[in-house]
Amino acid sequence: MKHAHSRYCAAFLLLAALLVVFLVWNICAGSVSMSPGELMRILSGQEKGGTNSNIVWNIRLPRILAAILLGGALSVSGFLLQTFFANPIAGPFVLGISSGAKLAVSLAMIFLLSRGLTADSLVLILAAFLGAMLSMGFILLISQKVKKMSMLVICGVMIGYICSAVTDFVVTFADDSNIVNLHNWSLGSFSGMSWSNVKVMFLVVTATLILTFLLSKPIGAYQMGEVYAQNMGVNIPLFRVLLILLSSVLSACVTAFAGPISFVGIAVPHLIKSLFKTARPILIIPACFLGGAVFCLFCDLIARTVFAPTELSISTITAVFGAPVVIYMMIRQKGKAM
Amino acid sequence: MDEYYLSTDHMTVGYNGKALIRDIALQVRRGEILTLIGPNGSGKSTILKSLIQQLKLLGGTVYLDGRVMAKMSEKEISTRLSVLMTERIHPELMTCRDVVGTGRYPYTGRLGILSAEDRQKVHEALALVHGEDLADRSFTEISDGQRQRVLLARALCQEPEVLVLDEPTSFLDIRHKLELLTILKDMVRQRQLAVVMSLHELDLAQKVSDYVVCVHGSVIARYGPPEEIFTSDYVPTLFGVTRGSYNAEFGCLELEPVRGTPQVFVIGGGGSGIPWYRQLQRKGIPFAAGVLQENDVDYPVAKALAAQVISERPFRPIGEEAFKQAKAILETCNQVLCPLTEFGPMNEPNRALMDLARQNGTLKLASMG
Repeated sequence: MKHAHSRYCAAFLLLAALLVVFLVWNICAGSVSMSPGELMRILSGQEKGGTNSNIVWNIRLPRILAAILLGGALSVSGFLLQTFFANPIAGPFVLGISSGAKLAVSLAMIFLLSRGLTADSLVLILAAFLGAMLSMGFILLISQKVKKMSMLVICGVMIGYICSAVTDFVVTFADDSNIVNLHNWSLGSFSGMSWSNVKVMFLVVTATLILTFLLSKPIGAYQMGEVYAQNMGVNIPLFRVLLILLSSVLSACVTAFAGPISFVGIAVPHLIKSLFKTARPILIIPACFLGGAVFCLFCDLIARTVFAPTELSISTITAVFGAPVVIYMMIRQKGKAM
Repeated sequence: MDEYYLSTDHMTVGYNGKALIRDIALQVRRGEILTLIGPNGSGKSTILKSLIQQLKLLGGTVYLDGRVMAKMSEKEISTRLSVLMTERIHPELMTCRDVVGTGRYPYTGRLGILSAEDRQKVHEALALVHGEDLADRSFTEISDGQRQRVLLARALCQEPEVLVLDEPTSFLDIRHKLELLTILKDMVRQRQLAVVMSLHELDLAQKVSDYVVCVHGSVIARYGPPEEIFTSDYVPTLFGVTRGSYNAEFGCLELEPVRGTPQVFVIGGGGSGIPWYRQLQRKGIPFAAGVLQENDVDYPVAKALAAQVISERPFRPIGEEAFKQAKAILETCNQVLCPLTEFGPMNEPNRALMDLARQNGTLKLASMG
């Protein structure tokens, strides 16, 4: 017991330290690089109004905060879906939930832009949520028919392709100068975040996370399978609805602001569980959030800086680091319940 | 104490709205074991799943602790009833201690953190199933039998008043079968638990149950104490046994006899003939056995396996008629075995049979192999 406790503490400390390192690195690095000393002066308000101050306050900080919030949200959402489907390779992207949200958001954007309206972030979240729920609905229907986990994932990927195809189609024929924006967004990116965006996502993500954390007890019970969870006193129908809603809100929020981001939802929970050597939700939910934040900060740093001034889409980077983890997991799962 | 702790009234169970078994009336008091037996696919699991609300009832009512179970909250149910079902579970990265700990769920707070008292109870439950050495092992890496014990510890840790178990002894070797049922019996006596379970092993069901429910067809075929259910006539009927037989006294199964004209005559008695009956049956050689009193321990086995049995009524010396009959058959056999070594006033004619065979040159040395 003592041994396990010190392991958890060390793991949390490691995640926190990584978060700080990447946070500072992210603020300093970029087309205009800064020294940590300069950064301290800017952040403490000693250097106001300068270009660098502007870059930090209006461009880099919102983007970094978005990466933290959305990365965390995405991996928690993945953890919830994995618990729900009792399938370690379930995640918002693989199951087509992100793509469903993406489709709904593009339709909403095009519809609003064509009428000369600007897309409000709440409206976008709402659209994304509807899209996510629609995909989720399909997946749930399929999951009642096919019990095999690998089949479920394949169905999810197919739904994802269908949604992406429709999105591409709509985007191609949308006649607007904003199409460039839309195109960038539909590939996935943390760029162009404003403080008001950050404010909205902060509210949505923290509220959802607190609710999720409060559900750690039934989530833990659910890991034992539905039969035993019910016997422990979990109201299964209610719990299932809550789990679906929470995971959909989280992944919808991410998609609304940053577009579809692949693999974070699968890779991060897996890495976190291996690091903690446990799947207890009460530890894993906060740890997944931290881990997702670190992972996305790291990937965004690469996306921004490696080929600067060309910026890569975030999904490109998350796929490079996330996909191998997923392949490794699938190999390990082979022969088990797949 | 005469109150039924768990009972059903006109319960109808089935899948997808299709009724499988109707009008089920089960009743179990605390301190009693109720066992469901019946052929595969007869609906034992369906009944149990309906009982624990995993399947929707298609009709009727389940009463738990004197109340309608459907109207009780999840928590009220979980502190009274716990289960051990056949569903395979794959809890990720959980030690056996963690799995047992989930039994404390109804008693922990909002975040489900175990108190020192809870941990003590987990420890006790593990000790009860002799699973202390499993505590830190990963649940997914232990054997099926060990899992079953850990899950029993989990169920007991929930401190239920009634335990519902679906085939708890499957996957277990004989030692652990006996252990598991002994633990159950102890719990029933000490904690006045009520137990409802399904069992495959008829011999164990016969020994451990206070009441037995036979599930067969669209209704409960029979319901009663084991003495009424486990008869040599009824059990084969319940399972539709066409080949072989069931021996109620020993609760054991026998394969069907090799039929035909006896080629070997076995002079047995007092248990000496049984290994020979089995060997001849295995080799597919039709044989006759005799002369046995009907209360001889050899008799039921001979009856089940021999092509012909020559017998005398219980507690009587072997009479003239049985002797003649045995002699007639013995003389048609080309081999006679006499594992019997004890002769006395009750079976003196068997010695005569042996001597006769020796004279005829058909007596073979009764040594195994």
